[in-house]
Amino acid sequence: MFSKGTKRKFSDGDEEISDESLVGARVASSYSLQRQSLLDMSLIKLQLCHMLVEPNLCRSVLIANTVRQIQEEMTHDGSWHMVTEAFCGPGQSPSERLVATEVLCRSREQDAEPKLFSVISYEGCREEEVVADETLCSVSVSDTVSNVCLAGRIGQCWEKSELSGVERDEEALEDSRLGSGEDEEIDTEDGASTESPKTTGQVFGTFEIKNSSPAPDSALEELFSDVDTSYYDLDTMLTGMQSAPKMGPYDILDSLAPSHSSPSIVSTPKCRSDLNELDHIMEIIVGS
Amino acid sequence: GYLTDVSVSARPTADIISTVEFNHSGELLATGDKGGRVVIFQQETENKSQSQWRSEYNVYSTFQSHEPEFDYLKSLEIEEKINKIRWLPQKNAAQFLLSTNDKTIKLWKISERDKRPEGYNLKEEDGRYRDAATITTLRVPVFRPMDLMVEASPRRVFANAHTYHINSISVNSDNETYLSADDLRINLWHLEITDRSFNIVDIKPANMEELTEVITAAEFHPHQCNTFVYSSSKGTIRLCDMRASALCDKHSKLFEEPEDPSNRSFFSEIISSISDVKFSHNGRYMMTRDYLSVKIWDLNMENRPVETYQVHEYLRSKLCSLYENDCIFDKFECCWNGNDSVVMTGSYNNFFRMLDRSQRRDVTLEASRESCKPRQVLKPRRVCAGGKRKKDEISVDSLDFNKKILHTAWHPQENIIAVATTNNLYIFQEKVN
Repeated sequence: MFSKGTKRKFSDGDEEISDESLVGARVASSYSLQRQSLLDMSLIKLQLCHMLVEPNLCRSVLIANTVRQIQEEMTHDGSWHMVTEAFCGPGQSPSERLVATEVLCRSREQDAEPKLFSVISYEGCREEEVVADETLCSVSVSDTVSNVCLAGRIGQCWEKSELSGVERDEEALEDSRLGSGEDEEIDTEDGASTESPKTTGQVFGTFEIKNSSPAPDSALEELFSDVDTSYYDLDTMLTGMQSAPKMGPYDILDSLAPSHSSPSIVSTPKCRSDLNELDHIMEIIVGS
Repeated sequence: GYLTDVSVSARPTADIISTVEFNHSGELLATGDKGGRVVIFQQETENKSQSQWRSEYNVYSTFQSHEPEFDYLKSLEIEEKINKIRWLPQKNAAQFLLSTNDKTIKLWKISERDKRPEGYNLKEEDGRYRDAATITTLRVPVFRPMDLMVEASPRRVFANAHTYHINSISVNSDNETYLSADDLRINLWHLEITDRSFNIVDIKPANMEELTEVITAAEFHPHQCNTFVYSSSKGTIRLCDMRASALCDKHSKLFEEPEDPSNRSFFSEIISSISDVKFSHNGRYMMTRDYLSVKIWDLNMENRPVETYQVHEYLRSKLCSLYENDCIFDKFECCWNGNDSVVMTGSYNNFFRMLDRSQRRDVTLEASRESCKPRQVLKPRRVCAGGKRKKDEISVDSLDFNKKILHTAWHPQENIIAVATTNNLYIFQEKVN
């Protein structure tokens, strides 16, 4: 990483700007780079498991708080917007990223049941499984997207015992929500600055899912092939209510609802904007 | 009482030491290790009547306290590593200590046997039964001296009360109860009762995703049996009074120092996390250890510590590297000397620091085979933070971060200290001229 002995000033990098705006821009972008690499490092730390032993909760909490802090700052100064562009990658549209993560989820699902569980929930998973996870990530998506996947694991750090089994459709749900959370609209939301970052909030919220029923492959494919964007009413999915007659796949998603009584998911305005972002993504996928 | 001259004994350990604790008289020193073993050393003093006396600590008892376990429900291993040992005050000939791993606390009785009965009527000396027909006389068995045998036996097992990892245990001054603290909860036990404990602190949020703070250490007040403190990962200490309510979620006092805005960084919270809290012997102060400093708090003043000592300020510019290699999460302990005038804590490169409160002096010493020769005085060490390195100074970039001293202990009455490095236990004694 950085050479030893280099003094890093995360907090006041901008104050060192000289009269030359070029130098200022360089310092600022160097700060951004450092901050980004700190974010990446933190997300990887949260993901890595230590063999069979339950990881240190204090360490996990501290790292997650650091991630939240970084994301808050990035949201404030609008650079979260750049991060989401980076997720798309050169020539890679959001739809490709979504599909890629769906592939990621699907291949993981083919592992033996305990392995799947441990990879998702981070606690108790073996390092070799994590490596396989990263391999999958690198095959189908860029590194920054793997960080997105990893971000999805943060909320699960706390209590492995509360998850009875994480299923593919939940992963798809998480990833689609992550995708929506990182769209361009996020930095223009007034609500974002006063609340914890959308992405982290979404991520933490997602892991209240409990006792969900397994989803067949076909349901997942139907999910992504549907044209009607009203299917992606997040509130509907999360609260289990159906505002209008929906097709089959939603029954599966509805079963995820009971645990989503958390007000941070359902009632905050950010869900509405996420919904719009998800619509946007789905439009791209569908090409309408 | 400022330890400048020391003699030393060092012994290699079979496994990494995870806790060190003197008993109340200082005669016994217990160590726990990663393999679940407890090794107790006993003080043997030569020439005590003379002015120049030396103590040696020799192995007194070794036993396996905890074994690795497997939690089938979570598919996780439970480490046998001993997290903490606390001695009970001695009430009779036997010694008692509590040892704990992540999940289970055990009360051990350590007793000496130096006599054994001989002269049974029905048994031979080797234990074989005699033929009753051959017995023509009766005799009374008598106790005869034997080689000293130290036996450790588990007397109580306090299990299944902690969902999270136990980080602290503390015996109450009432000598009947003790507390055990994990990341989110603190339980109160009676030493005689193993199937029940009372939950006295619970900071687990209803929604785990809202978790941002954990309990890092807890301790009972040395004299007030109703008072205890617990520290958090956000750098706060809460003092609780058990008389106020059964569940002490509401603190009586909250000790927190406002953050220095000029030092703010992404690592501010992590380095503010308190790794250890210890009451002074006199009960008027408490000491906390965070990543870079030691703070002394007056129990009557909540808004800031009365004293702050930098342990290794030169690491402040290295926080990102230390975050990368996880060293920033190292939990250093701290301890008071017998009269609360000096405090001690560990650092990296096998360095440890002694901070003299009364004389406002501090010294950095090294616990290593190269720098410690028996009966030789330890030389103070200096770290060069930057710029020109003087002779005998070591530069920050040369520090070995794998050689960390996390556990230290100070004899309750004498100037004898125990310092645990990764592979060795050092015992230093102040040289008296």
